[in-house]
Amino acid sequence: MSNASTIATSLWSSAGLFNQVVGFFSKPVIRGGIHAEGHKALTSFQNINYDFPLPKKLYIPLQQHVGKPAEPVIRVGDKVLKGQLLAYSQGMISAPVHAPSSGIILDVNDYPAPHPSALPIRMIVLETDGKDEWLKIIPIDDPFLLTPEDISLRVGAAGIVGLGGATFPTAVKLNMGRENQIDTLIINGSECEPYLSCDDRLMQERAEQIIDGVRLMLHGMESDHAVVAIEDNKPQAYLAMQLAATAYPDINVIQIPTRYPMGWDRQMIRFVTGKEVPVGCRSSEIGVTIHNIGTAHAVHKAIRFGQPLVSRVITVSGGAVRRPMNLEVPLGTLISELFEFCEVSTAQTARIVMGGPMMGDSLPHTGLPTVKATSGLLALTQHELKSSDVQPCIRCAGCVSVCPAGLRPLDMANNIRVNQLDAAVDLGLKDCISCGCCSYICPSNIPLVQYFKYASGEVIARQQAQHKSEQTKRLMDDRNARMERIAKQQEEDEKARIAAKAERERLKAEQAAQAEQESLA
Amino acid sequence: MIVNMRPKSGAHIGVKANVSFIMWQVMLALIPATVFGLWLFGWPAINLFIVTLLSGLLFEAVCIRLQGRAVKPVLIDGSALLSAWLLALTLPPWAPWWIGVVGSALAIILGKQVYGGLGQNLFNPAMLARVALLISFPIEMTTWANVSPLFFSQSPGLIESWHITFSGLENIDAKTGATVLGMIKTEFSQHHVLSEILQDYSGFGNFIGWARGSLGETSVFLIGLGGLWLMRQGIIQWHIPFSLLGTVVILASIFHLIDDQHFISPLLHLSSGGLVLVAFFIATDYVTSPNTQAGQIVFGMGCGVLIFVIRTWGAYPEGSGFAVLLMNSATPLIDYYIKPRIYGRDRQGKPLEIPKS
Repeated sequence: MSNASTIATSLWSSAGLFNQVVGFFSKPVIRGGIHAEGHKALTSFQNINYDFPLPKKLYIPLQQHVGKPAEPVIRVGDKVLKGQLLAYSQGMISAPVHAPSSGIILDVNDYPAPHPSALPIRMIVLETDGKDEWLKIIPIDDPFLLTPEDISLRVGAAGIVGLGGATFPTAVKLNMGRENQIDTLIINGSECEPYLSCDDRLMQERAEQIIDGVRLMLHGMESDHAVVAIEDNKPQAYLAMQLAATAYPDINVIQIPTRYPMGWDRQMIRFVTGKEVPVGCRSSEIGVTIHNIGTAHAVHKAIRFGQPLVSRVITVSGGAVRRPMNLEVPLGTLISELFEFCEVSTAQTARIVMGGPMMGDSLPHTGLPTVKATSGLLALTQHELKSSDVQPCIRCAGCVSVCPAGLRPLDMANNIRVNQLDAAVDLGLKDCISCGCCSYICPSNIPLVQYFKYASGEVIARQQAQHKSEQTKRLMDDRNARMERIAKQQEEDEKARIAAKAERERLKAEQAAQAEQESLA
Repeated sequence: MIVNMRPKSGAHIGVKANVSFIMWQVMLALIPATVFGLWLFGWPAINLFIVTLLSGLLFEAVCIRLQGRAVKPVLIDGSALLSAWLLALTLPPWAPWWIGVVGSALAIILGKQVYGGLGQNLFNPAMLARVALLISFPIEMTTWANVSPLFFSQSPGLIESWHITFSGLENIDAKTGATVLGMIKTEFSQHHVLSEILQDYSGFGNFIGWARGSLGETSVFLIGLGGLWLMRQGIIQWHIPFSLLGTVVILASIFHLIDDQHFISPLLHLSSGGLVLVAFFIATDYVTSPNTQAGQIVFGMGCGVLIFVIRTWGAYPEGSGFAVLLMNSATPLIDYYIKPRIYGRDRQGKPLEIPKS
């Protein structure tokens, strides 16, 4: 009974019944979503910590972004400086990887990935020398004299990817923005995931740098209007950002309601601009591009100081953490070292989560490196976790009302349970964004997102299998046709050969006859 | 190094509520109206209430046992208890014991378990049982005890109550009568008008529940209080109760304004029969109502229209049970036609067009 307030607060807004009734009949701007308990105060009142000791070894995955993995340019035994290129980007959608500190390359090999499976992927192992010596960098006097194309190139070369978690290469997005002549650049400062406060602290402590990054992005996209959207549970960050942006009338800092998943790009685009991004369309096609606060900060560092993306601010929090905090760490730091620094209690930890508690992945162990996408590391206690005691669905339709994408999770799950994946796809499986609202709200503790992720994977696997069998069939058909053609050809050749032979014999006989006649004559 | 359990995706945190928590909250909301009803009709009502609840649990346990599942966790979820409880509230308070037992059997076995148990049933179990009882045993189901609160002189004692519950009621005419809606229906058939019929009707008495009626349906005030509390707790939403009650009130007002001698007033509608109980506790049943908010409004309005039509022109004085069952059967259809629009798609599911700028 002590949990009465939890469900009450999640379903019953403080605005009261009247507003609910009125709200139903007016057009909704924010659809679905939940009011989750924030747990942000664990970390959001302390400054970002810079005292984390440089690890002895860094494990740097070659793929820390959407797209193709980077290709190493160093050899084992090479000495590298901080910021030096370790692996170059391959293809259109990819990003390079740089040395997070100075030291010696120990190995380029397969190591467990920071993924629920912890399957091995290629990583560069760097033994740090403790000097943390930067590569020689020539700073630029006025980056606004650079051409917009040059900004994109520099951002791409610095290995910057979307730091909100999507890790899409930022340079590609800047180029798309320029090509589509976008009219609004949205900077996502919502940080709607519970527990996380790294963006909040970054905005409070480095507001001017972020605003500078926003201006550089605007320059890179040849656009002149930016909106920085911050959830109204971060008033300090809002004030800091507004102060930093006062000098620039083309940058508008606004507060948005606190409601998960406000940070879903499409939800935010609809809230800020009133436009809805059609399915199968990139937001730049309707004139909007959205970037994260952290990305803007990284752009500032890359363009102003030529520093590539080699570190990031991470929130370490959760009930099992004795010293929860935000701290700046070099990429490739093992989670175990971070947890040791933050005094995580092994006994109390029931689940390790990378990212936020709503969309993050649970990790099997802590011997995994942090990557560009790592916004948070949580050590959650059993008490904080959602119960895994699954009960039958009672069709309460909580999942339908919280789904920001307008799906009916209960119907999709029912179909998936009986392996009717096509029916689930018809119900909109591919429009699911895995935000976790349905799993969050479900009173029967049904792991809905797990169902949907499984089904999506299964659908892709089936399509691939079908594609493969079609391919095989086509190859078979081709081969049969070829064999038939060859057989026919041989048959014709044989016929021609017989005909030629007959002709030759006839000619020979004729000649013989002629010779005989001549000799007789 | 911390070694963890198997990987899990999706929300790692969530509401702490579970199915039994929801069921117990609903039962908590029913307690005031139930206690009032039990007090109002005395020991026979208490006997019937206990018999109905116990047999409900028994039938649930037997069904679960037949399926070879563990009984205890299913009984703890409270769904069988709630169904039996709701059924008991809609029974005539002095009905014989077997009405409760047969009703529970109908609700739990035919209403729920044959469909596959919790969450699978098409019809509301309590209403299915009530309607089946009403059609099968019309005499027992329309014998309404007079108001005879516990500790008052007319109230039957414990021993007498066992006679009433287990061997039948004697001297029926002295101790029973008609409900307000039933009386109006009978009088209408004798061409009386409302001003004559309602000479000694007390609107206030009806509102607080001082009237003949089903065990727990009489006190609109206490039921409404429980319902609003459930809404406050977020267990039920406003869409079904408000649209249902609103529809009845609007229809009743229109007809009452046209002819106040042949159509009863909206207040009388609200304070009589099972309307409010149905609106807050029966029609809002998750399993048998639509999933979308718009669908729930359609569902509520449909219930409201049917209740008004059956009460006004039907052969039965009260139509809540029938109305809910009919709309239950329409729920899959409502869910098929009324569904949310997927983000970035139109109502037909096709991607939106790219706006030309």
